[in-house]
Amino acid sequence: MLNRVAAVGRAALSVCRTVGMVALFALEGLSHLLRPPFYTRLFVKHLLEIAYFSLPVVALTAIFTGMALALQSYTGFARFNAEDAVAKVVVLSITRELGPVLAGLMVAGRIGASFAAEIGTMRVTDQIDALSTLSTNPMKYLVAPRLLAGVIAMPFLVLVADILGVMGGWLIGTTKLGFNSAGYLRTTMDFLEVMDVVSGLVKATVFGFVITLMGCWCGYNSRGGAQGVGAATTTAVVSSCILILALNYVLTEIFFAT
Amino acid sequence: MSDAAPKIRLRGLAKSFGGKTVLDGVDLDIRAGHGMVILGGSGSGKSVTIKCVLGLVAPDAGTIEVDGRDVLAMKRREREELNDRIGVLFQNGALFDSLPVWENVCFKLLAQKRIGRARARDKAAEVLAQVGLAASVGDLSPAELSGGMQKRVGLARAIAAQPDIIFFDEPTTGLDPIMGAVIDGLIVDVVKRLGATAVSITHDMASARRIGDDAAMLHKGRIVWTGPAAALGQTGNAMVDQFARGEREGPIQMELRR
Repeated sequence: MLNRVAAVGRAALSVCRTVGMVALFALEGLSHLLRPPFYTRLFVKHLLEIAYFSLPVVALTAIFTGMALALQSYTGFARFNAEDAVAKVVVLSITRELGPVLAGLMVAGRIGASFAAEIGTMRVTDQIDALSTLSTNPMKYLVAPRLLAGVIAMPFLVLVADILGVMGGWLIGTTKLGFNSAGYLRTTMDFLEVMDVVSGLVKATVFGFVITLMGCWCGYNSRGGAQGVGAATTTAVVSSCILILALNYVLTEIFFAT
Repeated sequence: MSDAAPKIRLRGLAKSFGGKTVLDGVDLDIRAGHGMVILGGSGSGKSVTIKCVLGLVAPDAGTIEVDGRDVLAMKRREREELNDRIGVLFQNGALFDSLPVWENVCFKLLAQKRIGRARARDKAAEVLAQVGLAASVGDLSPAELSGGMQKRVGLARAIAAQPDIIFFDEPTTGLDPIMGAVIDGLIVDVVKRLGATAVSITHDMASARRIGDDAAMLHKGRIVWTGPAAALGQTGNAMVDQFARGEREGPIQMELRR
């Protein structure tokens, strides 16, 4: 019995220790954003990597989600003659929840894994040590530009996802479900509030930070060659996804709980 | 060895990882302008010793002095200034995959803003020529280079900022004997040209005799012998002579894996 309690205690301490270390890592990374030198070229490179090269996967996810959502909500609402609510449900669901969350999960899979693998490989091949010996702070060079790029790129991606998700719903609504095009769009615009979009963009900013932070943290602390880098990559993606889902609930509670 | 003040002085250097003692009171003097070769079997603590001097690993106890100044007591700025005077050739080169060769070579000069990007290509070509590589190599990616070329580029990067202390971590590991001799020749040449103090760690005896003026044997985290590198194999110290001759029988207890 005591052994079990001790094991739970050790696990709890380990979790607390890890959370503390990640928080310190994040603070150090952020602090380098305020102090020169600034690696503008790296920032632009990572911004393109996240925002531009993630566009196709985020766009496709958003379009198909909007289409499926319109179809599902229509068949559901038809049972109690509420088909008119389809446009409202689609726009609310996309802007408030599905846009940020699905874009976040897609970017976590793509960018979180990429950052963890790249930085992890640099760690196990001594490239991070080499940076230190070449008058360059690895946190400033590797982490800070990625964090900033993630925070800026994600709202842009989510805005695109919002628009394309709504358009996906509109496409199915008008071509398959018999909605009038202008009417569908008017209902969407009438029902949409600024807060719906803003809350999604705030979520996106937080998710962008979490994804890049976990990618950098897991890669930076990887050990043990190829196997370690693989484990770091997996951990980065899994932890990012879980944090996105958990933080999504917390942020929804903050924004919309009354 | 001379009685002049050493360039680098280690006293009582100790380091443990998770209860495993790696360094157990290392005492070592390294003469200015000379080549010191640190010998020792795998896991004897050679790499950890130089990582302590480079500030990549914090020792648990002991002192490290460079030019008579306590490195461990230095402020961050002073430590950075010291690092600016140090060059390192890592075991596997540790070249940055994401950068072309010329940018790898001039990385430190660019980081310190001692040179602009336009001038860096020419500077890289100059330094590459010093290690026997054509200027055209500068435009290649590190992944396109052979092992020997990667070592040369690593050497070029280590000497580009004209350091007065250079560390060589297993400079000939993974190279054929002829390429190993070529790299050793380059090391001797550049160290002589710069008038630098060289610290190498190796278990390649031919390499040790070529690049070292002095040698020290590290065994189980302690220095067990120091003397002239030319005497390796005939030192009179049974442990060092066994290691230098690569003899299976002797005082060093080797656990052979089956």
